[in-house]
Amino acid sequence: MSQHSENTPILEARNLIKVLGGNRVLDSVNLDIGRGRVKVLIGPSGAGKSTLLQCLNFLTPPDSGHILLEGREVNAGSKKELCSFRQQVGMIFQDFNLFDHLSALENVRVALMKVRGMSKLDATERAVAELKRVGLVDRAAHYPANLSGGQKQRVAIARALAMDPKVMLLDEPTSALDPELIGEVLTVIRALAQGGMTMIMATHQISFSASLADEFIFMEKGRIVEHGSPAELLGKGVGSRTQAFCAKISELTGEADGEFRS
Amino acid sequence: MSIPYFEFLRAELAPGLLDGLWVSLIVIIPSALLGAFIGLTAGVLRVYGPMPVRKLAEAYVSLFRGTPLVVQVFFWYFALPYIKFGGWSLVLDPIPAAILAFGLCSGAYQSEYIRGGLNSIKRGQIRAALALGMTTRQAVMNVVLPQAFRRALPGCGNEIIYLIKYSSLASIITVNELTGTATTIAKNSWRNIEVFCTLGVVYLLLVTVATWLLHLLEDTLSVPGFERPQE
Ligand SMILES: Nc1ncnc2c1ncn2[C@@H]1O[C@H](COP(=O)(O)OP(=O)(O)OP(=O)(O)O)[C@@H](O)[C@H]1O
Ligand SMILES: [Mg+2]
Repeated sequence: MSQHSENTPILEARNLIKVLGGNRVLDSVNLDIGRGRVKVLIGPSGAGKSTLLQCLNFLTPPDSGHILLEGREVNAGSKKELCSFRQQVGMIFQDFNLFDHLSALENVRVALMKVRGMSKLDATERAVAELKRVGLVDRAAHYPANLSGGQKQRVAIARALAMDPKVMLLDEPTSALDPELIGEVLTVIRALAQGGMTMIMATHQISFSASLADEFIFMEKGRIVEHGSPAELLGKGVGSRTQAFCAKISELTGEADGEFRS
Repeated sequence: MSIPYFEFLRAELAPGLLDGLWVSLIVIIPSALLGAFIGLTAGVLRVYGPMPVRKLAEAYVSLFRGTPLVVQVFFWYFALPYIKFGGWSLVLDPIPAAILAFGLCSGAYQSEYIRGGLNSIKRGQIRAALALGMTTRQAVMNVVLPQAFRRALPGCGNEIIYLIKYSSLASIITVNELTGTATTIAKNSWRNIEVFCTLGVVYLLLVTVATWLLHLLEDTLSVPGFERPQE
């Protein structure tokens, strides 16, 4: 507890290196995030954003480097420690990854029962509360096959939230969605941020994330090349790499990111 | 010269076949359960086991799929007693030998379907389970297996249907099951055609009941996205 002060970052990555297929996909990446902050990862395809997020919870173990949760280094070699660490780090995937054989309610409930050892009754109560939070109680009995993409992603968010994570990692949570379904997921994410959830999110939704983020992190070729507040990086006439990149996506995707201008 | 078919059926054939049916069930049901258990275990080991175990499971499947079942049945009944395990040898009665032979052979095929089912589950779901703090074992038990089992069920069901039919091979090691009994009756009565046609009908009924039970199981386990394809 001694090192656990107000300014200790919730999650910290030091010197992460990952080589995949002969490429340095992560090249000495350092990152830390304080309580209640929102950091947004942007960068061209192949920059290493997904790899970074997956290294942060050891779904892809980094070749070297250290991960610290609230100032304490995580020993991924210990299965018990790894599982307890992962419970505290929620993850949202681009393609939802709901469990296909379980209803929305069961998707949210299963880890509460199997991982946290909650009774079925308590887990159900908690799952219902989380589904309510993402506006899907009325879909509790539906199976993934009968949910829209936006609904699936909201169930996935409810599932992660049910574990009481200290930080959430979101990997392009709206990229797999039809444009008309993006809004409902962004609304949930915005509410989370406003509720004080600590988040690291890779996204191409520039204007949406500019309105939420405390910091933009621009990655390229496995390195963080720029970081700073949206105002610093995207202000008029700043001339940052981030700005050039954002201008390019807005041009390519037309109004795709303007959808949710706040 | 001889009594009419229905008279023969009532007085001799039906009671005989009924006894045989009973013995057949004693062979088929444990074989099917043993086969399902072995198939599930071997299938999981082939996909998630450590390398040496994986190789061992592969070898088991190749061996039992690659040799005729008759040879396997003979082996467990006739050859096993000659193999000494530190001075001991194992002599199996005909029925246990048949159950062992069928269970092992059926398991080899079942494991193919289980393996296919396991591989059909997207890796993303395992990652999601791990990200929630599940151990690999928990992810396999709670996420992968329930889905793989549903996907494998039609194939495994087919395998059980085959098992019902190849259980007739037990007759060659003196098990008096359906086929064995029918052969005896045919020999004694000289009414081959009637006896074996009737035998065919009995197997058909058996297979029909089994198919119905398997569909019932599939429907019970069915959830949206995993429905039984409607024929
Ligand atoms: N298993 C793998 N084997 C080899 N190379 C890989 C593997 N996984 C990812 N890569 C490579 O690592 C690099 C970074 O990939 P990553 O998915 O992290 O990028 P990204 O920034 O998330 O891109 P995107 O915006 O397309 O999602 C890419 O060049 C990719 O080709
Ligand atoms: Mg990515």
